[in-house]
Amino acid sequence: MAAKLLGERIKRKEDPRLIQGRAHYVDDIKLVGMLHLAFVRSPYGHARLTAINTGAARNAPGVVAVFTGEDLKGRLGFVPCAVEMDGLKIPEHPCLAIGEVRYVGEPVAAVVATGRYLAADAAALVEVDYDMLPAVTSMEQALEKGSPLVHESLGDNLAFVAKIEGGDWKSVEADPSLKVIRQRMINQRLGPMAIETRGVIASYSPGEDTLTVWSSTQIPHLLKTHLAILNKMDESRCRVIAPEVGGAFGSKLNVYGEEGVACFASRQLGKPVKWIEGRRENLAGTIHGRDQIDDVEIYAKPDGTVVGLKCFILADLGAYHQFLTPGIPTLTAMMVLGCYNIKNVFVETKGVFTNKMATDAYRGAGRPEATYIIERAMDLVARELGMDPVDVRMKNFPAPGKDIVLPTGVNYDTANYQKTLKKVLKLSGYSKLRKEQVRLRKKGKLLGIGLSTYVEICAMGPSSRMPAGGWESGTVRVEPTGKVTVLTGASPHGQGEETSFAQIVAGELGIPYDDVTVFHGDTAQVPMGIGTFGSRATAVGGSAIYYAAQRIKKKMARIAAHKLEIKPGEVVFADGKLQSKDGSKSVAFTEIVTEAYYARQLPPGVEPGLSELYVFEPPNFTYPFGAHVAVTEIDAQTGEVSLRNYFAVDDCGRILNPMLVDGQVHGGLAQGIGQALWEELIYDENGQLLTGTLMDYAMPRARQFPWFETANTETRTPVNPLGVKGVGEAGTIGSTPALVNSVVDAMSAFGVRHIDMPLKPEKIWVHLKQGAMPGRDAA
Amino acid sequence: MIPESFEYHVPKTVDEAARMAAEFADDGKVLAGGHSLIPMMKLRLASPKHLIDLGRVEGLKYIREADGKIEIGALTTHFQAEYATLLKEKCPLLPETARAIGDVQVRNKGTIGGSLAHADPAADWPAAALALDAELKTVSTSGERWIPVSEFFVDLLTTSMNPGEILTAIRFPALPVRSGDAYAKHAHPASGFAVVGVAARVTLDEKGIVEKARVGVTGVSSKAYRASSVEAAITGKAPSSKNLDTASLHAVDGIDLNGDLYASAEYRGHLAKVYTARALALAVERAGGK
Amino acid sequence: MKIGIKINGKWHENDVEPRLLLVHYLRDVASLTGTHIGCESSLCGACTVLLNGDAVKSCTVLAVQADGAEVTTIEGLARDGNLHPLQQGFWEEHGLQCGFCTPGMIMSACQLLARNPHPSRGEIREGIEGNLCRCTGYQHIVKAVEWAAEHSGK
Ligand SMILES: Cc1cc2nc3c(=O)[nH]c(=O)nc-3n(C[C@H](O)[C@H](O)[C@H](O)COP(=O)(O)OP(=O)(O)OC[C@H]3O[C@@H](n4cnc5c(N)ncnc54)[C@H](O)[C@@H]3O)c2cc1C
Ligand code: FES
Ligand code: FES
Repeated sequence: MAAKLLGERIKRKEDPRLIQGRAHYVDDIKLVGMLHLAFVRSPYGHARLTAINTGAARNAPGVVAVFTGEDLKGRLGFVPCAVEMDGLKIPEHPCLAIGEVRYVGEPVAAVVATGRYLAADAAALVEVDYDMLPAVTSMEQALEKGSPLVHESLGDNLAFVAKIEGGDWKSVEADPSLKVIRQRMINQRLGPMAIETRGVIASYSPGEDTLTVWSSTQIPHLLKTHLAILNKMDESRCRVIAPEVGGAFGSKLNVYGEEGVACFASRQLGKPVKWIEGRRENLAGTIHGRDQIDDVEIYAKPDGTVVGLKCFILADLGAYHQFLTPGIPTLTAMMVLGCYNIKNVFVETKGVFTNKMATDAYRGAGRPEATYIIERAMDLVARELGMDPVDVRMKNFPAPGKDIVLPTGVNYDTANYQKTLKKVLKLSGYSKLRKEQVRLRKKGKLLGIGLSTYVEICAMGPSSRMPAGGWESGTVRVEPTGKVTVLTGASPHGQGEETSFAQIVAGELGIPYDDVTVFHGDTAQVPMGIGTFGSRATAVGGSAIYYAAQRIKKKMARIAAHKLEIKPGEVVFADGKLQSKDGSKSVAFTEIVTEAYYARQLPPGVEPGLSELYVFEPPNFTYPFGAHVAVTEIDAQTGEVSLRNYFAVDDCGRILNPMLVDGQVHGGLAQGIGQALWEELIYDENGQLLTGTLMDYAMPRARQFPWFETANTETRTPVNPLGVKGVGEAGTIGSTPALVNSVVDAMSAFGVRHIDMPLKPEKIWVHLKQGAMPGRDAA
Repeated sequence: MIPESFEYHVPKTVDEAARMAAEFADDGKVLAGGHSLIPMMKLRLASPKHLIDLGRVEGLKYIREADGKIEIGALTTHFQAEYATLLKEKCPLLPETARAIGDVQVRNKGTIGGSLAHADPAADWPAAALALDAELKTVSTSGERWIPVSEFFVDLLTTSMNPGEILTAIRFPALPVRSGDAYAKHAHPASGFAVVGVAARVTLDEKGIVEKARVGVTGVSSKAYRASSVEAAITGKAPSSKNLDTASLHAVDGIDLNGDLYASAEYRGHLAKVYTARALALAVERAGGK
Repeated sequence: MKIGIKINGKWHENDVEPRLLLVHYLRDVASLTGTHIGCESSLCGACTVLLNGDAVKSCTVLAVQADGAEVTTIEGLARDGNLHPLQQGFWEEHGLQCGFCTPGMIMSACQLLARNPHPSRGEIREGIEGNLCRCTGYQHIVKAVEWAAEHSGK
């Protein structure tokens, strides 16, 4: 593959507009006559709506319309869920509540006014009468008989039960020599917290009967389809544009009620309508992540071989399904064996409705939970058997290789877990650290060394395994001037694909990188697409681009061959030329382009023009992996944790642009460490969100991190022509267990086996105050 | 997150400001740096009908030394206090406290007067003001007065200032010889406010014995307070770490402790003791003791 | 109320409601949308601009408070088509991903370098303490500021 630009550290094409404040995010777009939308939201976790008085709001200055759920009934469809599963209960999910509210922040009424401030003023004037209903926010309570029901009509709060079973449990359970270790682990609720909140502008043109929607979304094409269905419009008349998107992390991989309402309002009023989410609305009403209770049982031989793992997963789905809600915990079940050759598995997953906001895909989506379970479990095994966590891991890795099938049914494309682990041990000076730990302990100082070796699932994915299609489209169009337009159905928002896709195409066509421009996000421009999530943009979207470029090359080679009187197979693309292998005959790239468009001397059977679409269907997911080490220090008086060092070795397959890979890893690490140490969304038993502002929800800040030491190994995947696996979630997935393992390691001096996240100082202090540290020199 | 409408007033002098404050005593508020008030107005927790902006009042932004005391104008920003050379030399507790507040942008805008007047139970300045026996000058249409800090903080977000009174200056004693200042804070990971903040000033006698100790504690209960039992327990003693630790055990004596999602009352109490010991130890070290 | 603000060297005069926040003035009245809103609650720093040279969160300043003042936004940093060293540094060192936090981040860094032209890594982290970034994990931002410090004039 002649792709010499691939692998280079190239500055991003998208940056000049972003660093000069010249990019356009949704809120930067203004349309003539634009109206502003504000929502009235439920302050209660569960209540009946007895009356909504919109009179005062309607009469307030600047107000154009006020809508309630009743106004939308039958005229605007329900918020969609794309997941199909046996026995899955899917409650109706109206865009504005009808009759009942089921979580704090649920939209109850929508006010449209001529200005942002006026809309906010009027929203405060809408009077809503609520009849309080008992709420349920604990999953275990929700599953008890007699629990309040989130949806009366469903009969109970159990949305689904799914099981995975593999191996021979009879013999495992009959083997008395096995150690059985049990642990409950709680994976707390998190906010995705893209710094740009959600936002949408819907603009309906009554004359043309067309609807154009700008939305801060990861999935413009899917959103278009669903907004058309919601609005009962022909999809051909709908267009969705994802302009610049200010981060998403899964939270914008969705179809939200507010988007539906904005479209509805615009269609009713014949004017553009804008809604920009506030941060408090974002905390309460944008999907949350994680929220599982995992009961784990591990069966291990005295030598450290893990022979079986059972896991009972309770997944808090919240009150309604969003786009992928029930699908997320099933990914946990699928990945729960991590990178270990464990022969027997049993996972039971229960999805539970509660009076909270829906959970859905948040960076990692189900895999961080799995990795947390298995990586904590491996440490528990090491602890129980008195082994070093490294040895337990090495013992249970499969031999390096390809096509490794686990009893969960997953099929790892390529694996070399030993290599990443060895590399991180070296990078971190692991054995030295262990010695330092012993030394410090004698002085009463607590140093923790935590390891995690993960495998995750990326490049989502084969369509057969995806709720709404797993392919991606790529178009390469060589314009008559020789400049190249690339269209991708993946809709990146910070990952840098405008750069890496240009690298791919420029490399393939042998033309300057600056001659290639990548566009995305506009359904009117890009013929079809799925979107960016699950580290699929490069692996799947990039592969589509790669193949589209191959089609272009094939055609250009035919034209060039005709001209140069050589065989098409002999044409080489390099340095802006198409030439024979020995270089003796050549023609300028642009000349062939002109030929293709002027079409005067095309070889017989060659169509004029140079535009090719390719839709890539990946044969499998990819399974990147890595090994991380976290070194923490714990203040023995207060329990405060500080992260001293962090080492990460990730294998994301082939690296197209090392700078972008590092960036993805760092961002992921910060999020994963954030979960381990600080972040948590807490509801009380009435369904009140107690951490509904940034004053309470602790976002990671710059000074809380040490310098991340990162490195890579490169094990290419055969799943796609580029050999890339994906790196978007690696940092998040690997770091959370590494941190917790590190802190628990430090606290093992106090007999601590497990502490649930986030590792707030008080939770650690509770253990510190209980006892003197054994082996400490008298102070 | 949009404030309700209000009328905006821009006094140019303290007198004018005092007149306006009197006129709108019922439904008006004065605005200093706005970094507590504007967030509250955006949440519509405060909706004054009149806003009197002190930002353009002459002569409220200064740091000067007079009669062996340091006087700071109420509109002086946290940033100005953080970087003032005079303070670094003469009253180092103040820059150290200022530096612990929020972030750069907050310190650029927020004012010492605004913080003290606001009396947030987790604010940093109150601890320093208490540890230094500060005096606060207020002006109203009926004249001016100096309020000792011991009488200033009444309760959560409540001070002994009367409606219509404006805080104009705060006075602190400069650092005496053989003395050290220190501020130790455990910041809330989200808000940055003090979960516990302890300000200490320690003066040693010639033999190195604690002659005087002042400890101000914030974040722990509904208002900041002086930990007098700690002060009593260490005064006249050698500042050994053992003595400091023992004295610090009194940090929350008689205090009704706050508990919240981040730190229970019990843990807060514990933190207060640990941070008191740390602030004292640092102050002693800076005083030249060991 | 009539106010005048000099933004990036250019006077703007408008009649505004006293409650109008500076950030909305910049974005909606002066049409300078480079300054972003990430939280409207003084905690994310996306809205950071320089007000008379001081970095402030413009969502926590009333436009009327800035009457007569000079404001610098991200749009005002590049001179004669040349990127500001910080902008260049963010580009060179991949200091941004989605770019939403970037204008505020750069303005805070501007403040930092004005006060401390050669900050240590720790000082850089403190200097951007008021700015949240969810994408980068901050490390490349620190490098970007270092790059700018090394390449600034003098
Ligand atoms: C993100 C963020 C983080 C913060 N972190 C911290 C922190 O860590 N520690 C900390 O201590 N603080 C913190 N603060 C608060 C900050 O220090 C405020 O600036 C301060 O509390 C109030 O000062 P101000 O000048 O902004 O007052 P304003 O907000 O203008 O006023 C506050 C109140 O005091 C009254 N007032 C103000 N000045 C006077 C006066 N001269 N006379 C009479 N009444 C007056 C006002 O009417 C109002 O009721 C933070 C704020 C923010 C936004
Ligand atoms: S928008 Fe101003 S600080 Fe977040
Ligand atoms: S680059 Fe996306 S938030 Fe910073």
